[in-house]
Amino acid sequence: MRLDQKLIAEMIEPGTRVLDIGSGDGSLIDYLFRTRNCDARGIELDMGEVTRSVAHGLPVMHGDADSDLAHYPDGAFDYVVLQRTLQAVEKPREVLRQMLRIGSSAIVSFPNFGHWQLRAQLLFRGRMPMTETWGRPWYETPNIHPCTIRDFFALCAEEGYAIRQWLAIDEKGDRAPWRRSMQLANLFGEQALFLLTKA
Amino acid sequence: MTPRKVTMRPSCAMVRAEHDTSMDQTSSTPITHQTESFAEGIELDCGTVLAPLEVAYRTYGTLNAARSNAVLICHALTGDQYVAEQHPVTGKPGWWGRLVGPGLPVDTDRFFVICCNVLGGCMGSTGPRSIRAGTGAPWGTDFPPVTLRDMVRAQSMLVSRLGIERLFAVVGGSMGGMQVLSWAATFPERVFAAVPIATASFHSAQNIAFNEVSRQAIFADPDWKGGRYWEEGRIPARGLAVARMMAHITYLSEEALTRKFGRKLRREPGAVQGTGPAEGAGLFGEMFEVESYLRHQGSSFVRRFDANSYLTVTRAMDYFDLAADHDGDLAAAFAGTRTRFCVVSFSSDWLFPTGQSRMVARALNRAAANVSFVEIDTDKGHDAFLLDEPDFDRTIRGFLQGCAEHAGLG
Repeated sequence: MRLDQKLIAEMIEPGTRVLDIGSGDGSLIDYLFRTRNCDARGIELDMGEVTRSVAHGLPVMHGDADSDLAHYPDGAFDYVVLQRTLQAVEKPREVLRQMLRIGSSAIVSFPNFGHWQLRAQLLFRGRMPMTETWGRPWYETPNIHPCTIRDFFALCAEEGYAIRQWLAIDEKGDRAPWRRSMQLANLFGEQALFLLTKA
Repeated sequence: MTPRKVTMRPSCAMVRAEHDTSMDQTSSTPITHQTESFAEGIELDCGTVLAPLEVAYRTYGTLNAARSNAVLICHALTGDQYVAEQHPVTGKPGWWGRLVGPGLPVDTDRFFVICCNVLGGCMGSTGPRSIRAGTGAPWGTDFPPVTLRDMVRAQSMLVSRLGIERLFAVVGGSMGGMQVLSWAATFPERVFAAVPIATASFHSAQNIAFNEVSRQAIFADPDWKGGRYWEEGRIPARGLAVARMMAHITYLSEEALTRKFGRKLRREPGAVQGTGPAEGAGLFGEMFEVESYLRHQGSSFVRRFDANSYLTVTRAMDYFDLAADHDGDLAAAFAGTRTRFCVVSFSSDWLFPTGQSRMVARALNRAAANVSFVEIDTDKGHDAFLLDEPDFDRTIRGFLQGCAEHAGLG
């Protein structure tokens, strides 16, 4: 399991109902079921990953964040998790709304477009930045809605979400030491992880 | 400590085996099916009480002491209870022999597998070919209309008779998948896990249309004799074969037909029952391989299937609409369900396309059910659930394994 998934797992109370959107190989839901006794389920777009997950006995369904969340009832989950996917969905704001409709808490991680390397590349080279995190050229990246940590704070304020916890993490998924200052995190954090509820 | 095991075999004294005899239609060899009889009968959705009720079935594997490892397999339109053994009429291996058996995805070393012939069928369960009480003659076209839910109720009577309160899993494809959905909606407490495969919550207009063409082919056969063909020792073989040929096309896909047959010709005119040489031969005494294949499918089908059963069962499929029983809300059919679902579709299935499975999966989401949903990538069409599809096998094995863990089956 990736380090940032461990950080996500730490935010989740044992014995709760969890929906993991973009569950990939299912390692987070497997971990939550085995170590935290959670009723954890997944949604995944890549059919190969779905088949592999179900073949490992994990409850995963084929679907995506944009079109499938609308079919769940209000408050069906305690936590709805969206890992490294917010920047790739069609309607990020609507996806967040759905997450906080069907779940009482939302856990969101995304790569930070405000990182200094990206800013420097754009400033000095005048071309779309390419880093390890943002590894695909502009014409074929699935990341159609990049945002910075600061942008995300602003959206949460606008939508009236309470930020219960947040931290910056590095590319390997380890906790980065920038949690005191949002400005520093926005400059040096490669990724961000948020725990939200409705205010 | 090894748990005490209760063995249930066809000859086991716990199961009161009664027998029904049906005929192989061409050789007139009597075949004995293992059946359970219910003197009280069954009240059908149409209001008719059908008594006595016979349910023909087969079992494989061993029921554990807690009676918690039973898996019910539901067969499709023209399937039967011989899921994992040689068929007594055709001599062919079990229709799901590659999925059900020792060490296979539905592992009979681990699970106690039950498969019944559906109500209205012709392999030993009560159906149009059964003798109508008090008349000494078969029901024929007078057999009352049955629904998928009637079939499921008949199965539930057998399951209870076998001493099983809750099924670990109910698994089925196509019409079998409709039964799985009907089981989960009708007896939610009796189904721990449900696997509806290549199916839908209602029969679409297109599928009703295909069924109607099949039925009209049977009616048009001069040997149909108004549905009382047995009185003159005849069967509407030609009509039934055409019905099967047409239906068989819908089970495949263009890619599969092209890959299997293309435009290949063969020099074997008219060797198939019911088609004279003059009709069989093409322009140069040849025929396309796909024609020959379909004729073979048609002629082998009439040897094992009864025309009136075909009408009864296709109509049951046509009537199926699970949402309609719940004021048009499919999610209401599964409200509060604790059953774990695995919905499976196949990418090239145009008879029960993925969209219809997705509709079921989304309705289950609305009911906050625990649902897995997989579309298997294949070019083999609807029939893919019966064929060699490694991803499908892995999905079934893994889902049942995961559920077994949750059910405490270890």
